[in-house]
Amino acid sequence: MATEVTPVDEVELTGSSVSYSPENPAPVIEPPRARTKRTQSPGRSARTNFELYGWLFMRLSGVVLVVLVIGHLLIQLVLDGGVTKVGFAFVAGRWASPFWQFWDLAMLWLAMLHGGNGLRTVINDYAEQANTRFWLKTLLFTAVAFTIVLGSLVIFTFDPNIR
Amino acid sequence: MPAGTLYRGREGMWSWVAHRVTGVLIFFFLFVHVLDTALVRVSPEDYDKVVATYKTPIVSLLEYGLVAAILFHALNGLRIIAVDYWTKGPRYQKQMFWTVMGLWIVLMIGAIYPVLGHAARVLFGS
Repeated sequence: MATEVTPVDEVELTGSSVSYSPENPAPVIEPPRARTKRTQSPGRSARTNFELYGWLFMRLSGVVLVVLVIGHLLIQLVLDGGVTKVGFAFVAGRWASPFWQFWDLAMLWLAMLHGGNGLRTVINDYAEQANTRFWLKTLLFTAVAFTIVLGSLVIFTFDPNIR
Repeated sequence: MPAGTLYRGREGMWSWVAHRVTGVLIFFFLFVHVLDTALVRVSPEDYDKVVATYKTPIVSLLEYGLVAAILFHALNGLRIIAVDYWTKGPRYQKQMFWTVMGLWIVLMIGAIYPVLGHAARVLFGS
């Protein structure tokens, strides 16, 4: 019965590799971009286009916000006496119109999400510890969600005859 | 620039730095601004009391700073979009940066009287 010769046996090991054999293999070198649970092979569901959509959202919301926010600054700070006219009566007058309610609601949502995603990028860039990143982003998410909900409630439940 | 850094300085890097700084400042103002506006659900008096602080000279100066931050962020944001989507954008990014700065200075001069005029009247009378 002839012993089967495998290709491994044919390789003559030299230098520091002499001590390695099929029974005592060299340690495996981890590939530079090892797949972890969060970076599974392409095609698996763990990969999403979240960052692409985030990038696109920053540009689309940015263009809309330029119009909404500069319009808002003109109304609040420049036209008709600037900031001096602002008061409860002025707010009541504007929010009597669904157009300005929608304007402010759109500005609130887009600006908070645009700013929230911007701060997320800043946190990812500067917070080096995974733990710090997690807690800063949790705090950020809470603040953004709270502000959007509070602001939306204020616009929808505004009562000009509150007193 | 010191050796061994990825930062390249000049228009590209500094506009990126200014975009971040102004963005973070605007975000924190927005948070406070939604809270102060929420006072319209408490009472007209409470809202008007807080808004009165927005009309003081010191806060007016801060408002001028806010306008400065927003206008830079808006104009430079449009420049970033042009760099990303306009085929010649990357080649003209420097020229676009200086266009942004020129427009920003013109708009900031235009904003002096509307935003700071009231503060000047409070401080110097009439």
